[in-house]
Amino acid sequence: MELLAEPRAGILVVRAMENRIDAAGAIQFKERMRELVADNSPRVVLDMARVDFLDSSGLGAVVAVMKLLGPERKLELAGLTPTVEKVFRLTRMDSVFVIHPTVPEGLRDAV
Amino acid sequence: MPSDPVAAVARIVIASDPLAVRDGLRALFDTLLLRSLPDSDRGTAEIVLAEALNNIVEHAYALNHGDIELTLMLNGSGLVCRIIDSGVPMPGKVLPADSLTTPEDMPEGGFGWHLIRSLSHDLAYDRVGEQNLLSFRLEPGQ
Repeated sequence: MELLAEPRAGILVVRAMENRIDAAGAIQFKERMRELVADNSPRVVLDMARVDFLDSSGLGAVVAVMKLLGPERKLELAGLTPTVEKVFRLTRMDSVFVIHPTVPEGLRDAV
Repeated sequence: MPSDPVAAVARIVIASDPLAVRDGLRALFDTLLLRSLPDSDRGTAEIVLAEALNNIVEHAYALNHGDIELTLMLNGSGLVCRIIDSGVPMPGKVLPADSLTTPEDMPEGGFGWHLIRSLSHDLAYDRVGEQNLLSFRLEPGQ
């Protein structure tokens, strides 16, 4: 599970480089994210623009990453592709994440 | 009218592990049958099939390994899917209930059957001899 991360003015932008976060890769994704967010950036933005497919295990891993940030820090999502967006919407998990259409302006060159 | 050039049936046998499911789905979605569907319907089919297959890997074949046979048929009612495995039966030999909890509780699981039930029609499960038989239909535009 390749994830590219760059801290930028207190915001950690992480770009998922693989086209799926599924049952075969969910644990790896979670462990790699755990290492990356150890830098204690108050905001973490996960850019999912390259992720075509996310299953329930992948969704569970994204939720787990949100939880390991603790109550003071937030995981924000950006660039949800149509099938990924459908999974978030149908499970109503789109209501618990801040979801940006694309990586917020000013951060786009971060990675 | 020329006959439909797209093969109306696709069949694949997948081993019971998550990487085999990933590779099997890739092969399946590369077939003419699935390439003939619009992107949105392909996305829906991949969600439901991935959840159904991963459930089999994680539960029916939790303690042993075996094959999963998947047959897809495209007809006027949509994409008819039939999945057979030789693992242990569903608890009580019935489909699990929809177990989606409230999003605010930040659940890390319980999404799978909710996704399958939300996106499929005519969902049915049967235990026939030593095999599990799961079937459902996916309508266009879901």
